[in-house]
Formats: sequence, C-alpha cells, structure tokens
Amino acid sequence: MTTYRELLGQVKGEIDEIDARAAAPSLEDGTVFLDVRERHEWDEGHIPGAVHVPRGNLESRIETAVPDRGSRIVVYCASGARSAFATKTLEELGYVDVVNLEGGYMEWKRNGFPTVLPQSLGEEQRRRYSRHLLIPEVGEEGQLRLLESRILLIGAGGLGSPASLYLAAAGVGTLGIVDDDAVDETNLQRQIVHSTERLGDSKAESAKRTIEALNPDVTVTTYRERMTSENVDRILGDGWDVIVDGADNFPTRYLLNDASVWHDIPVVHGSIFRFEGQVTVFQPKAGPCYRCLFPTPPPPELAPSCAEGGVLGVLPGVVGSIQATEALKLALGIGDALVGRLLLYDALAASFTEVTLRRDPACPVCGDEPTITEYIDYVEFCAGPRAHA
Amino acid sequence: MTRVRIPPTLRAAVGGQREVPAVGTTVGEILDDLTSRFPGLDGQLQFANVYVDGEDIRTLDDLETPVREGATVILLPAMAGG
Repeated sequence: MTTYRELLGQVKGEIDEIDARAAAPSLEDGTVFLDVRERHEWDEGHIPGAVHVPRGNLESRIETAVPDRGSRIVVYCASGARSAFATKTLEELGYVDVVNLEGGYMEWKRNGFPTVLPQSLGEEQRRRYSRHLLIPEVGEEGQLRLLESRILLIGAGGLGSPASLYLAAAGVGTLGIVDDDAVDETNLQRQIVHSTERLGDSKAESAKRTIEALNPDVTVTTYRERMTSENVDRILGDGWDVIVDGADNFPTRYLLNDASVWHDIPVVHGSIFRFEGQVTVFQPKAGPCYRCLFPTPPPPELAPSCAEGGVLGVLPGVVGSIQATEALKLALGIGDALVGRLLLYDALAASFTEVTLRRDPACPVCGDEPTITEYIDYVEFCAGPRAHA
Repeated sequence: MTRVRIPPTLRAAVGGQREVPAVGTTVGEILDDLTSRFPGLDGQLQFANVYVDGEDIRTLDDLETPVREGATVILLPAMAGG
C-alpha cells in the first residue's frame, strides 16, 4: 500500500518544479499560468491572466483551455501538492513543457508577486446563466462580459421583439430601445415582447417591462422618440457596443448607417417582407456598410412595408433571433461575424442563401474619399428622384 | 438556361413565381430576356442588386458578367420592413 505522502513524493520526483521567484518573470512572456484550485479559492484571488481549470475537470477541459501541447505551462494550486499531480497528468496528456509552482499560490503571495481579485458572478447568476457557463466559448468570463455589454435596439417591433428578449435573457447588462410608437392590435401577431394588456402603451416602455420581468440583471434605457438627424448623435453618444437594426423604414436605416460609420459601432442589420428576410453585419472599417450594399433606396412603390405587403408572424422571430445571435457573438468577441456576407432566408422554400458583400471604395460614406460627411435629409433622399418629378 | 431568383416585391410581375428560367450568356442578356417575357419588370430591375453564384455583378463585369450554364442568379432589392 502506498500512503499519500509517498505518492506525492514519488510524483514530485517525476516532474519539474519552479519556485515563485523564478516563475514571476514568466508572467510577461506568454507562459500559461494554470490554476487547478477549486472555484471558491480562485474567487478569493489568483495570479493575473491565469487560466482556471479545477483539478477535477482537468482532463476534460484542458484541451479547450490550452489547445497547444507545446505551451509552457506553470501549474499551481494553494501549496503545490494538488498541482504536482496535475502537472503529472498534463505530461501524460502530452503537454511537453509543464512545471509545478513550488509552494503554490500561498508562496507566490507571500513573496509579494501580483495577484488579482476576480469579479465574479453571484450564486443566483451562476444558476441563471449555468447553460452559458458550461460553454467554453462563453464561460464565466464571457458572461461577465455580456453583463458589461451595452446593445442598442432600433425599434421594438417585429425584429426588436425577439432580439430584445433573447439579449435580455442572455444577460446583456444594458439594452437601449429606440421606438416612438405605441402598441397596436396589428402588432401582436408577431411582436412578442408586447401583450394584449399593453395596447396603446409606448412600445419602448412595454418592452422594458417585459425585459425587466424576464431578467432583473438588465438595465433598459428607453428612447421614446423617432431617430432623426437631430437626436442620433445624442442616442449613439450614450455609448453602445453593438446596434441591432430592426427599423421599419428606409430613412431610419440610411440615417443609422451614416451615424454608425461615424460613431464606429457595428450594426446587425435585419429586414423582412412576407416570407423573406435579410441579415448581415455592417462593421465599420472591417466590411461594407449599408450604402455599399444599397447605394440608393428603391422608390417607395417598389419597397412596400410590412404594413402594406404583410409578413408571416414568425418570420421576424427567425431573422430577429439571428440578429440577436450575431449581436451576442460581437459582444463576446467569438466566432465569425456575418460581415461581408448577407444571409437570405426564404421561409417558403425553407432555405438559407448567402451572397458576398464587398466594401465599395467609392462609397460616399465609408469609402476612401467620402463625399457625405454630415447628416442629410433622409426622408427626401428616400422619396427618390420621382418625388421631384 | 439559367434560373433567376425573383424577390417577393417583383413576383407580381412574373405571375407569382419565386424562380423563373431565363436565356442568355451574360447578365444583361438574361435581364433582357426576362423583361421581354415579363414586361411588368421593365423599369424595376435597376433597383435590385444582381448576384451571380453569390457574387455582386458590380464587383464583376456588371451587365457584361458572363453567366455559365446552371449558374444561380439572384435579384436582391433592399427591404425596409422590420
């Protein structure tokens, strides 16, 4: 029979160790500091930039946390014992440059080397967002990032309804809602953030009430006004990470485009008609803008609104949910954004088609030599040349 | 023969079809073929972007862009609805 002491001694003989003084300079050189302690220990402080994988989850999570088996890894726990076993395990998993931090976090702290006290989720939040915390691409760090994120929704209508609900449920900390309209009976066939008892209420306020009931972590800022050249700088100036465009008219969409390019804020664009939807992401500098895609709006008679042409109630549910997905990816900084690509959804054919969008170097707003550098009369612009005929 | 995807706003002009066949070796010829058979499209096509196999013809050769047999042509107008 082998005792714990004997086993620890045996393992320590088989691995390399480093003391705190020798390890400290590695904070700057790309070395991975791997903390294998339990969650509550990590929450009480850890080495800055360290990766946290509790020893009990080491084998299953390390490949995601540290994919490169050639990485230099300094493993630590509280005193250097658990991390000795973890070091051995990593070597068995094929990691070739792993050392154990002698004396662990206690010795590191005693020497006065830097530590950080992490911001962390409360118990209730840990339960609410547990399905996010389980995804390696989100995790606690991502969830904290979402809670710090600010996303502005243009319109609390067909697209804004599902988008705002999913963003709120996901724990986006601050949502802004711009809508000057009131809830109308004809909205309820698709605008699921509202309800029959809210008929006649402000859409922005109605959405705010639904969102706050869904998730008290979310602060909602309402703008009960139509976005115009006069107020757009004030609204965007409140500071937003991402904008979700669910407007229902061309003047607002072109105004938002110009403003977002000048404010350098990505816009997740969605538009719908009958059974079809279009979704893309306009990220200033990284890809095209709305004007690169559609330099001029079609004349009003060729672009009927949903009020004129109708829309299948669930269609904005699909398109608005894709918009929410793209907004969350942008806020988290994960995945491939729908930049430079437009997704076309045809509900009748049950098909998605993708076309390529390219930035137009001659674009009057985001091009190399912009000719439009201040707000124009968007209503007149969208009325088209025929309005003057 | 090429199949051209017709957006919902233009379907009334083609008898409600979502896709119509058209003949031609360039985008210009294909659009001409469409308007000759569906006069209701006349004056409306310039408001739609045209994509051949997913690429915007403005980044190719515009109306001169060649269309190979079996290519997918998509007409895409801006939609305001939200």
